[in-house]
Formats: sequence, C-alpha cells, structure tokens
Amino acid sequence: MSSLQSYLLLSALLFSIGLAGALTRRNAILVLIGIELMLNAANLNFIAFWRFGPTPSKLTGIMFVIFSISVAAAEAAVGLGIILAAYRHSRTTDLDKMNSLKG
Amino acid sequence: MTWIVQNLWLIPALPIFAAGISALLKQRSRIPAASLAVGSMAISFLLSLCAFAYTLGQPAGAAPVTFNFSWFQFGDQWLQLGWVLDPLTAVMLVMVTFVSLLIFIYSAGYMEHDENFTRFFCFLALFAGAMLGVVIANSLLLLFMCWEIVGLTSYLLIGFWYAKPEAAAAAKKAFITTRIGDLGFLIGMVWLYAQTHTLLFYDAGVGCLEQSSLAHLVAQTTILGLTVSSAISILIFCGAAGKSGQVPLHVWLPDAMEGPTPVSALIHAATMVAAGVFLIARIYPLLGAHPVGALNPTAALQVVTWVGAITAVFAALIAVAQYDIKRILAYSTVSQLGYMMMGLGVGGVAVGMFHLITHAFFKALLFLGAGSVIHGCSGEQDIRRMGGLRKSMPITFLTYAAGMLALCGVPLFFSGFWSKDAILHAARNWSISQAPFYMGAFGALLTAFYMTRQVYYVFAGSNRLAAATHDDPQLAAHFEAPTHPTPRHPHESPAVMTVPLVILAAFAILLGFVGTPAWPWFQSFIEGTSATFSFSGFSEPGLLTVMLASSLIVFLGLGLGWYFYGRRPIESAEAPDAVGEIVPQFFSVLGHAFYVDTLYGATLIRLNTWWSKVCDWFDRWVWNGAVQIVSYLVVGVAWVDNFFDAGIINTGFDGGCESVSRGGQFLSLLQGGRVQGYLKVIGVTLVALVIFLLWGAKA
Repeated sequence: MSSLQSYLLLSALLFSIGLAGALTRRNAILVLIGIELMLNAANLNFIAFWRFGPTPSKLTGIMFVIFSISVAAAEAAVGLGIILAAYRHSRTTDLDKMNSLKG
Repeated sequence: MTWIVQNLWLIPALPIFAAGISALLKQRSRIPAASLAVGSMAISFLLSLCAFAYTLGQPAGAAPVTFNFSWFQFGDQWLQLGWVLDPLTAVMLVMVTFVSLLIFIYSAGYMEHDENFTRFFCFLALFAGAMLGVVIANSLLLLFMCWEIVGLTSYLLIGFWYAKPEAAAAAKKAFITTRIGDLGFLIGMVWLYAQTHTLLFYDAGVGCLEQSSLAHLVAQTTILGLTVSSAISILIFCGAAGKSGQVPLHVWLPDAMEGPTPVSALIHAATMVAAGVFLIARIYPLLGAHPVGALNPTAALQVVTWVGAITAVFAALIAVAQYDIKRILAYSTVSQLGYMMMGLGVGGVAVGMFHLITHAFFKALLFLGAGSVIHGCSGEQDIRRMGGLRKSMPITFLTYAAGMLALCGVPLFFSGFWSKDAILHAARNWSISQAPFYMGAFGALLTAFYMTRQVYYVFAGSNRLAAATHDDPQLAAHFEAPTHPTPRHPHESPAVMTVPLVILAAFAILLGFVGTPAWPWFQSFIEGTSATFSFSGFSEPGLLTVMLASSLIVFLGLGLGWYFYGRRPIESAEAPDAVGEIVPQFFSVLGHAFYVDTLYGATLIRLNTWWSKVCDWFDRWVWNGAVQIVSYLVVGVAWVDNFFDAGIINTGFDGGCESVSRGGQFLSLLQGGRVQGYLKVIGVTLVALVIFLLWGAKA
C-alpha cells in the first residue's frame, strides 16, 4: 500500500465520520462540526494529491487548502450565526423540531 | 302687460303642476289635494283675466299675439311649438278657468264621502291644465298633444268608479270612440304638415292659417274636386266630431255620465266636449278658405253645418224619451254641440263661440244642479222616482230653472236665447239650403219640450222617492245600508255646492247681454272689430222674424211640455210616460236612442270581434308556432352545446387538473422540511453514484 492510498483512506475515514455525525446528530452544532470534519477530509485529499502529484514543486495544493480553510472559517461563522438566529427564534437547536421549511 | 304673453304657459302649467304634486300625496291628504287644485285654478283664473284684459287693450283687428319657440330638430327642420293670445283664446281661457274653478269648489262638497278624493282632484287638475293647453296652443301639434291628455283624463274620470262595470265599459267606449275621430285628426295634421311644412297657426305670415299657406292649399284639389284645405279640414273635423259627440260618433257621450257628476259638468258638458267646437273655431280660416271667385261656402263648412244640424235634431229627439236625469242632459249636450257646429258652419267663429260660452255656463249649471238633486236623493238618478223637490231643495230648483230656461232659449232674459237666435238667424241666411234652419228650429222646439218634461218630473208633483223605495227591495237595501251617509228624505245640498250653482245661474242669465244684436260686443271682440250700442242692430233683414219665430217655438215647446206633464201631476213612479202612451213604438225607439248602439254592436263591434278572433287564431297558431319552432331549435342547440361542454371540455379539464394536483401531492412528500433528511438523500445518491462510476470503470 503506497503512502497516497493511506492518506486517501484516512481522508475517506474522516469524511465518513463527518457524514455520520452530520446525519445522525440532532443538535445543530454537532451537525456543523460533522460538516467541518468532511471539509477537512476534502482538504486532506487536496494536500495528498498535491504532494504525490506530477509537480509538487508548485505550491498550488497549499494555496487551495489555505483558501479552502479560510472559506470554511467564514462558512462556520455564517453557520453558527444562522444557528444562533434560529435558536433565538425557536428556543431550540434540535433539528427535528426545525421543520417549518416543509411544503 | 306683455309679460302675460311671455308667461301665458303658466295658465295650463299651474294646474298640471298641482296634479303632479297631488299624485304624490297620500290617499288621506284630502285638504292639500283639494286646496292645490282649487288654488292653482284660482291663480290660473286671475292670469286668464290678465290675458283677457290684455286682449281688450289691443286695437280691434290686430294680428294674434304669439310666442313661438323651437322644440327639437329632426332632419334639417326645427319643430316649433308656441302659444297664441287672441280674443278666441282669451274668452275660452276665462270661461274654462272660471267654470273649472266653480266646479272644483263644488266637487269638494260632492265628493266629500269618496275615499279616492285625492285621486279625483289630481285627475281634475290634470284635465283642466290639458284643456287650457288646448286653448292656448299655437301649434296644431301642441293642441293635439293636450287634446290627447284631455281624452286620457276623460277616460280616467269616466272610469273613476272603476269597480262599477258600467263605468269601466263607458270609459273604454269613450276612449275608443274618440280615438276613431282622432285618427282622422292625425291624418289631417300629417297632410297639413306635408303641404305647408309648419304646424304653427300664426307665425308672422308663414303659419298654416295665414295667407301664403292658405293660398297654397286652396290652389290644389284632390278627389271629388275638393280643395286640399277642405279635405284637411274635414279630416280634422273627424277629431272634433269624436270629441264633441257629433253623429255618428256621439255614442260615448251619454254613457260617459257614469262618471261623477262634477266630471259630467266640467268635462262632458262645459269644456272638453266644447274642445271640438273650439278646434273648428281655431282652424276656421282653413275651413273657410275658398278659391278666388267662389261664392258658395266651402265643402268643409257644408259638412260641418250638416253634421251639426243632424246632430242637433237627432240628439234632441232621443232626449225626449230618456229617464235618467243625467242622460237627458247628456243628449241635450250632444244636441247643443250640434248647434254650435251648425253655428260655425253657417255663421262663422263668433256665432258658434257665443253659443259655446253661454252653453258652457248653463249646461255646467244644469249638471251641477242635477248633481245636487242626485246628492239630495241619495244617489237616485231616475226622474220617475223623484218629484216634488221644489219644496225640499229650493235653491237647487231656482238655479236649475234658470239653467233650464236658458237652455230652452226663453226670450230676452236668458243667454241661451241670444246665442241660439244668432245661430238660427245665420242659418236662415245660409246660401246653400234652408234645411238647417228648419232642423234647428225643430231642435229648439224639442229642447224646450224635453227640458219642461224633465223639470216637471223632477221638481213638481209629489215625492215618489219614498214610495218607490218601498216597492223596490234592491233600492231599499241601498238606503238601509249603514255606509250611506245621507238620510232617506230629499234634502238641500250644502253651501259649497249651492254657491257655485247661484254664481253659474247669474251668468246663465246675464251672459246673453254681451252678444245681443243691439250690442254685439262678443261677436265683434272675437272677430276683431269694434262694437257700438244701437238698437238698429235689430233692423237687420229677417232678424226680427227669426226672433219672433224662435220665441213662438220655445213657448210652443214649453206649452207642450206643460200639456203632457204639468197638467196632471205625475203620481206614481210606474205610471207610463204621457208621450209614450200616444206613440208607444216611436217612444221606445227614442228610448233606445234609435238603436245606434245596437246597430254598432251588430255591425262594427261584431266585425271587430270577428277580426280580433282571426288575429287571435293567427297569433296562436301561426306566429306562436313559428316562435315555438325557433325556441325548440334553440333549446336543441343549447342541449348539444351543454353536452359538449359538460361531457368533453369539462371532463378533460377536470382530469388534467386532478392529475396535476395528485402529482403535486406526491412531490410534496419529498419535501419533509428536515435538512438531515435531504442530506441523507444526498449521501445515498453520492454512494450510489460512486458505485455506478466504479462499476462503469470496471466494465
């Protein structure tokens, strides 16, 4: 097993844990954490493919990841903001009770 | 004073306005209705006096004063209406307003117990307004419109007690009979308009009664060598004959006595029936227009004279054999209207109008007297059941006697003598024939005779009312009825009824003196010349002979009346008529009014009924069938349409809508509102996609 595959396996594992967290948790904040995990799994993929890619001398992979992390930070801030606003509105963070989007 | 010319329209407008207001009043508001009618009439009377004074101030022979205005435009022509103030209008205005005023006052007493008092005064005021409109009209069209309103109110008032079948039938008869005459009037009017392009009587030289139009009309002839002016006049005379009850259209007037007595007095004796005579007087220039050089009177005037003379004798004969107090007066009115027509035909406007005015006063007096008698006798109208009223109703008797003597034409002191004498004198000098003179004289004899008969029956002898009441169970029941307000014994009427009688009686006597041969003021006034007082008027050739002859005739008539009815007092209501005993068959023919009604019933009315049945059949089977077929066709098409609509279009749309709605319901299941649910779907799809890609890469 080459080192790329082990990285990819790690990142797939990380993604699966994040997905499971996002799907099974009822608390919105925990769902957000799961989403962050999946994002980081993607970042790990970026790094791994860059490192074992054809031109590792160019810093494109690093650039992408830094960019992605900063976007993820902004996204986490927005997500938390939405959760706070929803909490103020409905006095709960339980996602099962937040179903007013239903048609 | 010219403002009276500008505002002459107020005279008819005020009563019409009053009628309009009282039409809106409640049935109970008796006093407002009566005071509106009487008040408007009083103001109209004062205005009429102003108008009269204005015409008095005009120089003799002045052209008629007119006020014309444009009503509406049709095509490139303006239809003009207007009013005219000449001596003819002024005299009629004063007469109509004065007689109407008195009769309105009288009606307030006579109709006191009637529950439709308000409606009565509304109709009366409308009638008076329309009649005044006829009088002032300067346009044949305006005259015709008012003429028809007058006919309508006559219909409404004859049928005032419409619950009585006879009254309803009489109203219908009056309306239809006068319509037949009015058809001729309408045709004549249309013809006149076609010829002269104007219906204004006087319009500064271009009106249809003025020289240019008359010359145009006289210049043409139609069938039988009649000039167009005569033909038009005869057609218009048809309308006048219908309104004024001339033979053969007289049948409605006696039946019209079913209306309340003040109506008989106002409409069917004094004013409306005189409208026909007035119409002929108004269009007299048209009747009298003859080609240059012709000496004989025109054909139209001859027709008017003969119809008038025949009517005068015919109706007087019938009046001899009637028993209903009002029916006698009605036939007498027909007869006197015949005299007026004859007077117009032989002697011109002044002669006919003089008799019209005097007759209006004494005939209104006689009718109101008859009303007073009927009121006093609790609704009895049969002269055989009256008698002896001289003692119980002295004022009525005296005034009635004055009216009766005026109608008979008793010499020197009664107006009827002077006006009737003027007619007879003119008839004596008529160039065509002496027959109208002899017919008129015979009519005068009959008039004196039947009026004497009536007065003896009603006022002399013993009272036969109570005796008759006992014999006739129906009548007895009528008097015992608790609703009847008056006692069984005859009684004098209240002052509101007798005062108009006294005033009218005074006029019936005095009015003759404005038109005697010594001082022919009235005739001169109408004809626009100036009158002088001189006894030389009597020296006109033949005048004294005629006066003497007519006096003898009158006294002969009175004497015959006394001989038959006054010599022995009439004792019983069942006693046969004295004349009827001598010539029973002829008397019965007279009693049935020469069977004219029966004749009409057997011919015209049967023809009309047959024709209406044909029309009914045609309507029922042909037109109705056609309409039915069309309607079935339409219903069939509608049914097919409905089927198509409901079965095909609706089902298609309904099906489409339902499937769209179901699809929406199904799709809405997917949107659960739970973000995690969506995420699950995304995750499963992702996994499926990955598996699919891997599978595809392997294959």
